[in-house]
Amino acid sequence: MFTYVVRRTLQAIPLLLLISIILFVILNNAPGGPLAPYLQNPHITPADIERLKHNLGLDKPIWYRYGVWLWTILHGDFGYSTSNSEPVMQALLQRLPATLELMITSFVFSVIVGISAGIFSAVRPYSFSDYFITTFAFFGQSMPVFWFALMLQLAFAVNGIPLPGGYEIKLPSAGLSSSDHFVLGDRIEHLILPVIVLSLLSLALYSRFMRSSLLEVRMADYMRTAAAKGLDARTILFKHGLKNALIPVVTILALSLPGVLGGAIVTETIFAWPGAGRMFYNALQQSDIALMMAYLLILAVFVVFSNLLADVLYAWLDPRVKYD
Amino acid sequence: MSATIPTTPNARFDDDDAAYSKVTFWTRLRRHRLAVAGFVVLAVMVLAAILAKQLAPFDPNFIDNVHWQGTPLPPCFENAALCGGHLLGTDEVGRDLLSRLLFGARISLEVGIFTVFIEVLIGTTLGALAGYYGGWVDWALMRITDVFLSIPLLPLLLVLTAIVASSSSKSALNFGVIVLIIGALSWPAVARLVRASFLTLREREFAEAARAVGNGDLRIIFRHLLPNAVAPIVVQATLDVANVIVLESTLSFLGFGIQPPTASWGNMLANAQANLQIAWWAAVFPGLCILVTVLSINYIGDGLRDALDPNMK
Repeated sequence: MFTYVVRRTLQAIPLLLLISIILFVILNNAPGGPLAPYLQNPHITPADIERLKHNLGLDKPIWYRYGVWLWTILHGDFGYSTSNSEPVMQALLQRLPATLELMITSFVFSVIVGISAGIFSAVRPYSFSDYFITTFAFFGQSMPVFWFALMLQLAFAVNGIPLPGGYEIKLPSAGLSSSDHFVLGDRIEHLILPVIVLSLLSLALYSRFMRSSLLEVRMADYMRTAAAKGLDARTILFKHGLKNALIPVVTILALSLPGVLGGAIVTETIFAWPGAGRMFYNALQQSDIALMMAYLLILAVFVVFSNLLADVLYAWLDPRVKYD
Repeated sequence: MSATIPTTPNARFDDDDAAYSKVTFWTRLRRHRLAVAGFVVLAVMVLAAILAKQLAPFDPNFIDNVHWQGTPLPPCFENAALCGGHLLGTDEVGRDLLSRLLFGARISLEVGIFTVFIEVLIGTTLGALAGYYGGWVDWALMRITDVFLSIPLLPLLLVLTAIVASSSSKSALNFGVIVLIIGALSWPAVARLVRASFLTLREREFAEAARAVGNGDLRIIFRHLLPNAVAPIVVQATLDVANVIVLESTLSFLGFGIQPPTASWGNMLANAQANLQIAWWAAVFPGLCILVTVLSINYIGDGLRDALDPNMK
């Protein structure tokens, strides 16, 4: 097992290098290139551009620049973020807690709700509740996330949902909290809408996967054997069925993690959430290439390691898989 | 939750399996009622897009200076006295919402179709080459595919469009640029699919027979193997039209897609958030159009998958 993990990790390194090369080439050859923010500035003359090019080493061949860039990144230096006026790493680390708060809450929420919904669906396939859940999941996968967010804001923040007895549900739709002090209830209120929005896609994905996996397992020979032994239905389903049905679902959980991080861009922007995704959006608008590059690279590393995690988890959970 | 488990396999499965082997593609497709409904809804959308010029009550970029007084005009069903003849109201600068929705349908559907065309062209070519030749060709192409699958699409698209925008101005992000950028980056899934089909197809006897009578590689790839790999490509392409429509609308919403004044469902929503308090209609209708279109296409894709290959599920 240990050698398997080490070998897979080593295999990830050339892939990451290739990703960094391709990203570097694309970003440097896009129209405008790294100096794009300066080209539109009327106060900067062509001579200034030439000087900038020389000072930043942009007149050197691309393979040389890539080497220099890779060397600095391997030392933890992602360059200077022009939109935040601070080093990229510092800016990212500062926004990370808010993003993690949102991501972890929404991951836990979608795992619990999505998997339960999938199980509930598969226990009685083609029943009313199954159709209800699968239709809901289908809608979830077709929904433009940003519009879903707008509709939730319209319903819960602008209009409020009236309850009997003159009460109404009203939720905040912007930011992390309303006050500078930490108030638990206030923080939770601010979390509700962004978490629902960020969870939508994964919720739909998990419930569909859980359902089809459990339905497949129910056809397995060992399930019939368990029934033939005279075990009661509940034990068969939850002890024999669920354990095996969860194996492919666990890998999907790992594979879907980066999607949550990518989805955070839209969610954080709409809910004015002070996290890394919103910072990335601001960087886009101000052509902050260093930060964009760092963000893409970190996302790619995250994807590669989620794939690795999925494979390792699968090999570890399913004794039928040989890892050699 | 009841825990009664039927010990016999579900009766529906048996019926379906037996029937699948007898009926034709069209019968199977017709039996998928949601796919049929999807076709109907999509047909209406496509017609509306084609006839946008004839159906639209106003020019999509016309600003109604007569009725508009600085705030969005409400839809006629909400306030017939104030709406000024704008059935679904206007946006924040006084442009007719219905007309913009109709012209926006053109953009969304065209982006979806043209992008997927590029995506399928690149994906099929690379996947076919990798699967047919194997060896180092396969190895190299699949590593490139791995790279593009490892970079989340939306952030990558945002970065590329942002760079294009900053190099000249945001108006550089026209229809063609958006289609090219999305198409050039979304092919890896198709490539993997086609490669997988080709890996098995090239070992089949008819492929060997085609080789034995002296056909060239290209002819074998395009005339003999590709027609047998069409089913999964069609399903993937259909579902991707839906994905691309959502992607384009997300880009446009964030300001890095189709640029105003050209109406797209996504960019119509860009200012809707700021006006959520005073103009719910500007936020609701464009999104509803996206959702209905995407749902229809996804149901069609689902139906096609069941009809083309019952085992693909």
